[in-house]
Amino acid sequence: MAIVWDEHLTGPFGLIAQYSLLKEHEVDKMFTLKEGRIPPADVKNIIFFVRPRLELMDIIADNIRCEDRLHGPHRDFHILFLPRRSLLCEQRLKEQGLLVHITHIEEYSLDLIPFDSDLMSMESESAFRVIANVKLPPEKFAPKKQNETGRDLPTEPKKLQLNSAEELYAEIRDKNFNAVGSVLSKKAKFISAAFEGRHNAKTVGEIKQFVSQLPHMQAARTSLANHTSIAELIKDITASETFFDNLTVEQEFMSGIDTDKVNSYIEDSIAQKEPLIKILRLVCMQSVCNNGLKQKVLDYYKREILQTYGYEHILTLNNLEKAGLLKPQTSTRNNYPTIRKTLRLWMDDINEQNPNDISYVYSGYAPLSVRLTQLLARPGWRSIEEVLKMLPGPHFEERQQLPSGLHKKRQQGENRVTLVFFLGGVTYAEIAALRFLSQMEEGGTEYIIATTKLINGTSWIKSMMDKLEPSLF
Amino acid sequence: WKSGIVVHIGWTTREDLLFIQDDGTVLIHDIFGTFKRHFSMGNEVLQNRVMEAKIFFTPYGSGVAILTGAFRFTLATNIDDLKLRRFPEVPGLQHPPTCWAVLVQDRQTKIVLANGKDLFILDNASCRAVTPPGLGPQACTFTQIAISFNYKRLALFTDTGNIWMGSSSLKDKLCVVDTNLQTPPKQFVWCNRPKSNNPSVVGIWDKLLLIAGNSKETIKYPYAVTAKAVMALLCSQVKWHLERLIKSRFYQDEDVHLVPEVDGVRIISSSSHEFLHEVPPACQDIFRIASMAPGALLLEAHKEYEKESQKSDEYLREIKEQNLLFEAVEQCIEAAGNEYEPEMQKSLLRAASFGKCFISNFPPDTFVKMARDLRVLNAIRDYTIGIPLSYPQYKQLTIEVLIDRLVLRRLYPLAINICKYMKISEFQGASRILAHWACYKVQQKEEPDDNIARAINNKLGDTPGISYSEIAAKAYECGRTELAIKLLEYEPRSGEQVPLLLKMKRSQLALLKAIESGDTDLVYTVVTYLKNEMNRGDFFMTLQNQPVALSLYRQFCKHQEPETLKDLFNQDDNHQELGNFYVRSSYSNETTIEGRVAALQNAVDEYNKAKNEFAAKITEEQIKLVRCQFRLQKESAKTLLDLPLHETVSTLLLESKHKQAEQLYKDFKIPDKRFWWLKITALAKKEDWEELERFSKSKKSPIGYMPFVEICVKHHNKYEAKKYVAKVSPEQKVKGYIMVGDLEQAVEAATERKNESELNTILSKCTPATDQLIIEKINRAKTQILKK
Repeated sequence: MAIVWDEHLTGPFGLIAQYSLLKEHEVDKMFTLKEGRIPPADVKNIIFFVRPRLELMDIIADNIRCEDRLHGPHRDFHILFLPRRSLLCEQRLKEQGLLVHITHIEEYSLDLIPFDSDLMSMESESAFRVIANVKLPPEKFAPKKQNETGRDLPTEPKKLQLNSAEELYAEIRDKNFNAVGSVLSKKAKFISAAFEGRHNAKTVGEIKQFVSQLPHMQAARTSLANHTSIAELIKDITASETFFDNLTVEQEFMSGIDTDKVNSYIEDSIAQKEPLIKILRLVCMQSVCNNGLKQKVLDYYKREILQTYGYEHILTLNNLEKAGLLKPQTSTRNNYPTIRKTLRLWMDDINEQNPNDISYVYSGYAPLSVRLTQLLARPGWRSIEEVLKMLPGPHFEERQQLPSGLHKKRQQGENRVTLVFFLGGVTYAEIAALRFLSQMEEGGTEYIIATTKLINGTSWIKSMMDKLEPSLF
Repeated sequence: WKSGIVVHIGWTTREDLLFIQDDGTVLIHDIFGTFKRHFSMGNEVLQNRVMEAKIFFTPYGSGVAILTGAFRFTLATNIDDLKLRRFPEVPGLQHPPTCWAVLVQDRQTKIVLANGKDLFILDNASCRAVTPPGLGPQACTFTQIAISFNYKRLALFTDTGNIWMGSSSLKDKLCVVDTNLQTPPKQFVWCNRPKSNNPSVVGIWDKLLLIAGNSKETIKYPYAVTAKAVMALLCSQVKWHLERLIKSRFYQDEDVHLVPEVDGVRIISSSSHEFLHEVPPACQDIFRIASMAPGALLLEAHKEYEKESQKSDEYLREIKEQNLLFEAVEQCIEAAGNEYEPEMQKSLLRAASFGKCFISNFPPDTFVKMARDLRVLNAIRDYTIGIPLSYPQYKQLTIEVLIDRLVLRRLYPLAINICKYMKISEFQGASRILAHWACYKVQQKEEPDDNIARAINNKLGDTPGISYSEIAAKAYECGRTELAIKLLEYEPRSGEQVPLLLKMKRSQLALLKAIESGDTDLVYTVVTYLKNEMNRGDFFMTLQNQPVALSLYRQFCKHQEPETLKDLFNQDDNHQELGNFYVRSSYSNETTIEGRVAALQNAVDEYNKAKNEFAAKITEEQIKLVRCQFRLQKESAKTLLDLPLHETVSTLLLESKHKQAEQLYKDFKIPDKRFWWLKITALAKKEDWEELERFSKSKKSPIGYMPFVEICVKHHNKYEAKKYVAKVSPEQKVKGYIMVGDLEQAVEAATERKNESELNTILSKCTPATDQLIIEKINRAKTQILKK
């Protein structure tokens, strides 16, 4: 059989079943779904793995029609929907008169994709690969050997799968970017000390013990080398002036400095045509921290953006306005400082190396979502009733009535497990903050995170952009 | 009975009653006699009429075989998946065959038939004449055929009174028995226990029942005799056992009917129901007169033990000496399964339990299972239930099917009790039965909807595995829509409610439930349904009241039906979105400048109506730009259309069209700051340093002079960069000097500002080997600052 893949699914599926496994189960060929002919293959069955989207149905229809025209109906077609079959899609196939051509329509209900032991995502939109695997420039990972020149450098991008199964990654992933370096160097010392240990091994027993630990130590050394290289790549960015300037402005906004007037850094960034997403992030942040911008300021920013990046972005700006990320100030009162103070969203004395509060994740800003989670566990939302009213959107508590059979008694010493479901997406910093809460000794609560999508500031804003492609001229 | 002439009546494996009529119509009635459905055996049968019919069982279900008036056979092997097969003609068949039977072999259905002296096997494609081996040379007519329950054996009755028994392939002979009876039996069937070595057939004549087996002798019972008691007769080492099941009183002139079973034959008369079967080996061993089998000894041992007699020990010793205690226990357990009287079952099980005490680790399963099975069997054998199964039949049927049969008889409480007792999971057991009960309950027409709905919910509650929507579907099937809706209220999965509601044409309610479910696909399903059912106005009106559905529909339209989207916005007077719509369409639909401008003008109008002054003005500005670009493009080598204003100016500057750029700057009110950035970026890119210098002096820079330094450095011209450092504001001067590589000046500037951190920054840029002097200077400056 052959599988025709919806491009967006190859990533998540790779986490569950590798190609080799599929091969064992008689998958001979794999193709990417696209219009026109399916590449020739000597197979009887063709299975489409697709998301339930109408435009994909049209492509499948096109594929099948091409097949039938070329070979006549001698192949069996099957569709497997992920994560859910959709009547709407089936209807579409029916309209195209193709439902009869399809032997099986099934669903593979993969609702939540496990990313890690405490993290699940529905990945309702694309961009999966970027998250699960990292692709890194190859030259940084060439084995370093002195006196050896002209050695071929690997050219394929390096691919690493990152999750808590890797000890070192589990340790550093939730650290502030400023704290990674010291952890890595400590680790490096520890590992070389361990290797030095062989000189101290005198008796046969000791040597034996040393040798038995060797594979583990070697793995640790490889892992350390990889992560040092990655950290260097990250440091190139975090040490740059642009990053620093940007962070400074962000932190100024978050701590409430000069949020009510046009910011010259943003202005200059527009004038130099820095990436639009960066601009939008900053403007939105300013708007949120000022409970909306003065009409004049807002119009100025909007005009600058439209003149610089193109008028078509008027739709994107409208989307941001609809989402409330960008808005004119309606009342003279700015709630943000109250919210910031009550919920301690900005912490001046942060400890990036040995954090004592979730604000370490952003070097000062404590993510609102996680702070709310923290306060819900203790002392409860009743204490912040007033502030909750100021936050956008309603808040409510609902207690689910469990059928008696489902009640579970907690063992003594067993932590309460709380599932935090982020609708719309969660960032890695928020995850790190929640993990920090899980690890707090007096917390007594473990958090499991589920979300519709793993995001970061860039991908989030990107998802709100309306892309208009000029069609002529 | 108004339907027609019935030729044959019989049960199916699912306990439906089939009535085969002479026109080939088969009517199916359930166990309560209610008509379920009917089907036809085809035109050929209708034309030639049914002469004879037989119902037979295959592993797939129940089949019907018809012999038509034209002496042809038509078969349906599974009445639930009707496929009619017409069998080929039998050569030389001018009269109805003297006898025939259905044979299922190798998944193929065949017919064995006799036409006087000739015997044929008929299948789908061919007709083959066969001769049973070992019947002797004398010519005889076959008057009866019997095929065993498992289709492995076949028996023939001849007009000379001989019975031929053999394999159903007619290749191997078992034996030939002479009955001395010339008249053919009224009924002729096999009576076989699985794995038995004593295959036998049973035939009945008026007032006579005959058993013939693998021996010279036959057993003949006048009915009157058999009626006397449950009896065991010995015949060539074979014991026959006639079980009285319901009431056993034969009358001399009573008609009887034989029903072959997997392990024996039921003998049914108008007033009694008896079961004839070969006594199973375990029972034979134990109950044979003076038996010394281990089981018999164990039973005896236990009897003595109850009497507190030391003989018990003697018996036990005897078994143990032969090392047969294990077998003894097994025999007792097995025999208990084949006994019908609970008292006898109990004493056998007690004996087994007693024997077990002397075996260190006898696996408990067989004993426990048998005790449980017997409890179930005794319960269903009760005359009020009336399912007199033997143990092998029960095993063959499986507990699941048995429960189905109880459900079929509406014996719900017993079925549930059995499920609980046999520890069948709620999902497959109790809940399923309750669901059946509920489906039955909704058919009780005399009870009001409310009562039924409440009764069902009281009993079923939140039991796992219950589907209220299935019950509701049943209610709807019975024409009780209101009840169905009430029942659906109890269905926790909205997803299950919607399809039925749509089917019942309660589309509004369906939409509500679909929205509640949070399943967008479901909402879309209902919305699409509504769209097709209603006229456009009503459809929009309905959506208007359901914001979730409306916004989902908008999403759908955005991708699939942009024009509908426009209508929706129009209906809402949503001018903002209409404006957006025109902007979008100006990009995706328009291929001419006029078209785009017209679309954008529409957008401006809508934005104005929406009182979005900014959007209206900026879109007007966009129109202005498109027109400018179009004009400028004529004189330019570069494409300008569709470039942002910023890029347009930049392109003009790169082409040294300063005047035009200047004009755009004024016309579009580009802020000074940005225009300066634009200009210096373009000039540096062109490396037009002279012009850059001239521009820097044209007036005071609104962006300061640091950008000049930066842009020159960026284009690797430190020489030019140096020209601007002096003009840089004091705060940035040090940074500027460092940038152009003039550390000495940097130190001076920093010293002037008495700024220690700036000095440190410079220090970090120094190389000890070459910048020794500067380092010293810095250190001096630092000490001076510290002093003060």
